[in-house]
This record gives sequence, structure tokens and C-alpha cells, in this order.
Amino acid sequence: MKVAVLIRPKAGILDPQGEAVRDSLTKLGFGVSRARIGRVVDLELDTSSPEEARAQAERMCEELLANSLIESFEVAVESA
Amino acid sequence: MSAPRIAVITFPGSNDDGDARLALDGLGASAVAAWHADDALPEGTTGVLLPGGFSYGDYLRCGAIARFAPIMDDVARFAAAGGPVLGICNGFQILCESRLLPGVLRPNDTQQFMCRDVTVVVETTCVPFTERCAVGDELVIPVKNGEGAWFGDNDLVHELETRDQIVLRYTEDLNGSRDRVAGVTNEAGNVMGLMPHPEHAVDPLLGPVGGRPILVGLVDAARAWRGVPVLTD
Repeated sequence: MKVAVLIRPKAGILDPQGEAVRDSLTKLGFGVSRARIGRVVDLELDTSSPEEARAQAERMCEELLANSLIESFEVAVESA
Repeated sequence: MSAPRIAVITFPGSNDDGDARLALDGLGASAVAAWHADDALPEGTTGVLLPGGFSYGDYLRCGAIARFAPIMDDVARFAAAGGPVLGICNGFQILCESRLLPGVLRPNDTQQFMCRDVTVVVETTCVPFTERCAVGDELVIPVKNGEGAWFGDNDLVHELETRDQIVLRYTEDLNGSRDRVAGVTNEAGNVMGLMPHPEHAVDPLLGPVGGRPILVGLVDAARAWRGVPVLTD
């Protein structure tokens, strides 16, 4: 199964990288009041069960991919 | 009295391991180089230091990958048995990601790598690492990091304050670190992490010597530690 994991800085957590990018976009002339930068992890899992794939990806986030103190995550299982 | 054996662990990307060993040797310890891929700490280890650097290229999050180094299982056992463990900079990040210390280190709010002397205040002397200090002592120690802003949520900060686990604070708002936290310990007080580099502040020839009492605290604790011997199974 293909799974995309989206990890974001939690609301209220300072994101200096996002601020730097927002400032740069502003210099390009775009009206941007906020930019937040997270990361995407594309996974190909051995399982063929969407439910199992989702459960595994969520465990991966809890154990490694995200730090729950500062990051939230979303798991999207690609439909076959 | 024999010199206590303090293991300094080298990960791929560590770069302060040599300075840490040199500083410890100069303060009465016998520093032993330990390798991340080893299954166990060197025999006779009574103290552990996780040095600064950029282990595993800071992939994913600083310290997140180093937590899976084979030697870290034994470091966790050593810490659980009450052995003294000090993490400096990247070592602090590794201990947080390993959940041996509370909180997490975030990018500096200045959006810049920061390399300069800073002043930290000793907040508690209830841990071995500051036993040689008095509460309120100011220590000048250099920092050099891009991701040195400690973060914990309100509940965590409250817990840590209640239990006296915040050991060092900056005297200024340096980098967005929550409540100016520069160093914390675990609940038992035998594991400490700090972002400033005490190993770079031990020789008056090279600048301030604010790092000495912290490292001497580790050496004292390693000398006194009589826990279970390190298993080499």
C-alpha cells in the first residue's frame, strides 16, 4: 500500500523556517501573512490492507516520524 | 583513588567528542572513546557523555536517528540504573528524542546558527552536575547551534519546575528557548542535558571556564557511582 504522511508544526509552535519563507515570498511581492513548513513522508508498505496500512503509519508517527510535543500528523492511504 | 571511566560516545557526525575526552581527562577522569555501533558501554564505565555534533546529519529531527544506535540500549540501561549521563548540545537533543530527558529542541527563533559565549544561571544544586555550584551562580559557557531552543508545553514546564528539573537558564532570551531553559534533568536527577558546551570552557588559556563545575560534577558522580556493573551480554 502507498501511504502519504503529512507532518506539521502544531499550532502555536514557532516555525522560524516558515517565517523566513514568508518573508521571502513577501519580498517577491506576494501578500502572505503566514507560512508554515512541515514535511511529507511517502511510504510503500508491505501490507495490502488499507486499515492495516493506516494503523502502521500512525504507529510510525507516534514512535519516530513526528514528535508529538511539537508536531501533528495526518495519514493518507492511497486508494488502489 | 583511580580515575572514573567516563564513556564519550562517538556517533556518525559527532564533532565535539575529542574536546570532551580532553576536558574530562584534564578534570581527573579517564575518558574512554565509545562507538555508536558497539552493543555495550566499555567495561567499567561509571559515567557517560553524549557529545555535540550533527549525528546522522540531523536527518528527520536533530537526535531522532541517533536514538536507534546500538549502544543507546545500554545507555538507557545505565541511566535506568542511576548512572550519571550528560548530554551536550546534540547529545541533549539525542537524550530528548530518546525520551531520557523531557522536552525537545527546536530551531532558534533568530533563524540563525548561533556561536558565542552566553551566561547561564544555576537554578538548582540538587543534581550531581551542579553540586559544586550555588543556586544563582552565573556560568559563562559558549553555545553553537542552529536548533537550541528547548520546548515543553505548559504542563511539562509546570511539572519540571515543581520537581526542580530545570537546572540552567540563560540570563537573556537567547533563541526563543521556553522560559530561557538551557539545561534540564530527568526526574531522578542522574541524566542531564544542556545546549551550551562546557567542554569548550575549561581552560583559561582559551576563554571562560564556566564549563568546569558542570564537568567536575559529572566526574564526581562517576567516581561515586556504585551501581550495577555495566553488562556486556
